[in-house]
Amino acid sequence: MTTLNITGLAVSINGRTLVSDVSFSLSVGQWLCIIGPNGAGKSTLLKAVAGICKSTGEMSIDDNDLRQFNERERACWIAYVPQEPILPTGMRVFDYVLLGRTAHLNLLASESTKDIEITDMVIAELALDEFRDRDVATLSGGERQRVTIARALAQASPIILLDEPTTALDVGYQQEVLELIDRLRHEQKIAVITTMHDLTVSGLYPDRLMMLAHGEVVSQGSASDVLTVDNISAHYGAQVQIMDNDGRPIVVPMRTKSGTSLN
Amino acid sequence: MATPVKRVSATTIVVCSVAAMCTIVLAVCVGAVPVPASDVLQSIGWHLNVPFMPRNLGTNDIIIWQLRLPRVILAFVVGSMLASAGATYQGTFRNPLADPYLLGVSAGAGLGATFAIVSGAAVSHALIPVASFLGAMGAVALTYTLGRSGVSGRMSASLVLAGVAVANLLTAIQTLVQQQHNDKIREVYSWVLGTLNTSGWNDLRMVAPYIALSTFMLYRYRRVLDVFSVGDEEATTLGLPVERVRAIVIIAATLGTAAAVSVTGLIGFVGIIVPHALRLLVGNSYRVLIPLSIVGGGIFLVCADLIARTALAPTEIPIGIVTALIGAPFFLYILGSRRTGASV
Repeated sequence: MTTLNITGLAVSINGRTLVSDVSFSLSVGQWLCIIGPNGAGKSTLLKAVAGICKSTGEMSIDDNDLRQFNERERACWIAYVPQEPILPTGMRVFDYVLLGRTAHLNLLASESTKDIEITDMVIAELALDEFRDRDVATLSGGERQRVTIARALAQASPIILLDEPTTALDVGYQQEVLELIDRLRHEQKIAVITTMHDLTVSGLYPDRLMMLAHGEVVSQGSASDVLTVDNISAHYGAQVQIMDNDGRPIVVPMRTKSGTSLN
Repeated sequence: MATPVKRVSATTIVVCSVAAMCTIVLAVCVGAVPVPASDVLQSIGWHLNVPFMPRNLGTNDIIIWQLRLPRVILAFVVGSMLASAGATYQGTFRNPLADPYLLGVSAGAGLGATFAIVSGAAVSHALIPVASFLGAMGAVALTYTLGRSGVSGRMSASLVLAGVAVANLLTAIQTLVQQQHNDKIREVYSWVLGTLNTSGWNDLRMVAPYIALSTFMLYRYRRVLDVFSVGDEEATTLGLPVERVRAIVIIAATLGTAAAVSVTGLIGFVGIIVPHALRLLVGNSYRVLIPLSIVGGGIFLVCADLIARTALAPTEIPIGIVTALIGAPFFLYILGSRRTGASV
């Protein structure tokens, strides 16, 4: 079983440490969610794993050292969807999803029938058929998210990184996208790493949570281990109440008596 | 249901080839002494050793083969080069304002040509192409060296800024040199405005290999240019070696542009207007845009040159002025009539 191993990962830019000493391992089919207050280094951590941000520490997949890989080899293992993907004006949904096949093509080759079949399959899988010829720049928030996930799936890599996949979406689309990710990781044996803002939602689908604060892992484990009143108070500076929903924590913000939520 | 990948259809290839050939033949026909199209075809056939071609054209053959055809073909080749290089730059830098001169080709070539002109050497005219070619290549090399050391991850922005700085620096030096040689200003100026007034086939023979190689490379990289459209970071995670590919296409585009500029001077606007006009017509995919820019740029410059040498005959209008004068309104017209997909 394919497993991603990260040991002592650290990112420093211009002498400032953004992420330090992050270690975890993740196998296909599992979903790790990174939470933490604004500026904690969540996106930076994802970028480091995606290889678009210089980092130190060990990164490997099974016995392969990720740092020895070139862009193309890495892309065959890891797909990445940023918080705000660039959807080029005038590009059809089909052509956008087809970009996911880049890693499987020689620089000067054209897409083969197989690449086109895979793209078509992914489009059907994500119920994007009716959007196939639509300009990606004209899609709504939920559709955009599905299209970018489709591109990541077309890449056919066993690890997918999604930076805040639900932040811009209303509750209906949030649910749709999360259900989709959850289904795909089980069906297609994909290891998923997401970052997320909504704490309750982060306890709902992922198997494991990792809380970052100032670039360091302050808590890691199951939702009920990580989402505690103390953790959230210490690192988010928020007063919350944790309620129980069938063993999954619900994080409810509380109004403080003085009328200010700062402690 | 399989969706076809964007590519230039066979019909488009045929239509474009026919259009290009018709434009070339027509442009050869028109001039101070009009020649019939049949003579043009006959002259071409005869010089290309097509069997059984009658050789009874007299002076028309000299007009066609020695004077007009080399000039028209040079116009076509240079137009192709500038348009496809412009499209490529717009793609790799994700910047709709990018043109082949973005990284300092024009300023470098201008400085090189100015040095050659003011050198006063007996062979100064023959020196101009060599000097401007070297100047152009040198300027882009300088830009690339400076721009690469910028903040990592922002390379395309720092390259563009380095290009602006290098261009300004070289232009300042060129102006200084030019001011110190008042007697040569006119000559420098006419070079800067661009000219297709050539010495027969020699100029074409000199630049054709570079332009052919360059255009071929850009054509080969057309699919990859589409990957750039999601930005450097995402393109990297899709598996594209962004910096390496950008370096390759910049070198290819610079080689061809420098060669083109070295014999024609600075012809502005083609690299911006032709790709953008085509974007409005066929969309933003470089798989289609690059091949069509190669043909469209050629046709555009042949037409512009036709206007340059006939509109105020016997006076010739500098080609750079024509491309701007007809290019800008034409572009505004299509921009107004098709307000979709204008961005890169």
